[in-house]
Amino acid sequence: MQFEWIQIPYALLTLSIIINFGLLMNAFVAKIGARVGRRVGIPIYQNYIDLIKNYGLRSSITHGVMFYLGPVFRLTGGIGLLMFVPTIYGSVMFSNFSFAGDLILALYFIFFGTLGMALGAGESGHPHAAIGVSRGLSQVTMAELPLALAVFSIALQYNTLSVTEIVAAQQGGVLNWTLFTNPLAVVAAMLSFLGSVMRPPFDVVLAPQEIPIGPPTEYHSSYLALMQTNRVIFPIAKMVIFMNLFFGGADNWPVFFVKIFMIYMFAVFIGVVFPRFRVEQSIRWFLIWAVPIGILAVIVV
Amino acid sequence: MKEELEKRIIKGPDGLEFEVEPLRDYYCEAPPTVMPAAYSKIVEDLFNWARSESIWILGFGTGCGAIEMRPLMTPRFDAYRFGVQWRPTPRQSNLFVISGYLSVKTLKRVIRSYEQMQNPKYVVGLGSCTINGGMYWDSYNTIKRLDQYLPVDLYIAGCMPRPEALLQGFADLKKLIRSGKAEGANEYAEKFEWYKANQKKVINDWDMPDYNW
Repeated sequence: MQFEWIQIPYALLTLSIIINFGLLMNAFVAKIGARVGRRVGIPIYQNYIDLIKNYGLRSSITHGVMFYLGPVFRLTGGIGLLMFVPTIYGSVMFSNFSFAGDLILALYFIFFGTLGMALGAGESGHPHAAIGVSRGLSQVTMAELPLALAVFSIALQYNTLSVTEIVAAQQGGVLNWTLFTNPLAVVAAMLSFLGSVMRPPFDVVLAPQEIPIGPPTEYHSSYLALMQTNRVIFPIAKMVIFMNLFFGGADNWPVFFVKIFMIYMFAVFIGVVFPRFRVEQSIRWFLIWAVPIGILAVIVV
Repeated sequence: MKEELEKRIIKGPDGLEFEVEPLRDYYCEAPPTVMPAAYSKIVEDLFNWARSESIWILGFGTGCGAIEMRPLMTPRFDAYRFGVQWRPTPRQSNLFVISGYLSVKTLKRVIRSYEQMQNPKYVVGLGSCTINGGMYWDSYNTIKRLDQYLPVDLYIAGCMPRPEALLQGFADLKKLIRSGKAEGANEYAEKFEWYKANQKKVINDWDMPDYNW
């Protein structure tokens, strides 16, 4: 497949669908949480208003170039991740630039935003930001390990690094999904997924009660709005990869929405049941439970 | 002035000597400026609507009134359904609720937090203490009238006001914001000298720059 100019509006369309879906889904999940606590909860459109408000604040200050670039890097990571995997399998419109990138690129993009954020938050000079960043980097690095092992396992299994081909190999029935053909890799990857969505038990990076929201402490106005936008795009982009690799992909939007929502609810359910880990506990947890499963997945394949 | 805030020469761990002036190095000394509204009225109206529907409160309780803010997060009152939520950092907050009496020592912290908030920002005085001193009217170490030190958009009277009164206050504040009348941040910038003079009159150990964002 070759690059064509028409793919740029197509990609923007994908992006806008993802952003709207993400904003609504986050509010919906917050609303479910509120209803469980017998509250009414935020209006379903609250995230849109917060975004407009933050973009509309009149003043913003900067702490330096990296402070400015931090949210930009983060957003680049989110959008880049989304653009190089096929959002809808088999669709010309929503496959975006997946012909140009493979799994390794996706793995790289997952980490890219975190690094940018670390540099940006570091320059803000706030001690809570520095604490949050050091916690975040160590935890994300650890959570990335089982995912990388799972990806190796999958690549060995299907003999390719192209996401599109992996999805193609899973078509034709639920039992063809990686979930059933290579369950160990899926388990390792889903455990790793918990570590990167910033929900309990692995949300010590933000930890509102201990270090007031960690890395973004100094971020405000448009900076914060950019990060909120990425907060919406990045988890979904990541879930798109998971969906493509393990759960058979999606060949139309309704299936896409349902699968993404289910994958997200997995992290939400775990989050409401288990209390927060400290960083050294979470690292130990990944090393003891997730990494061996990942290694096993590679060996078995 | 405290010793650690004075200008001095420091020897680094690698033997290099360098000069440190905390008040200049760590803070910005530029005074606040009046920020104009958006160029087009429609855009400004949209922004004002968004600001009114997304009020982020700084989680900073200054006095006993702070206890009345906690129930707002609970199922019984649930302020989240009105777009009100609490933020842990002044950078991201829009509303500062001065909850009850304000001692001079706290006023210093309040000023620093207030100045770190971004324009537009709002101040709500909660309880009688912020209006006329309330039951602390003859106390030696609380301020009596909040609007001499910070531009107040709204008062919620009572000692203490119930959480319902706070919710009503938020509703009134929303009307003010939507009509474009809540311009406290610009007022602060316009009458900056007057506010600073008042603040310095009560704060005796003024060991920070005049404007410290």
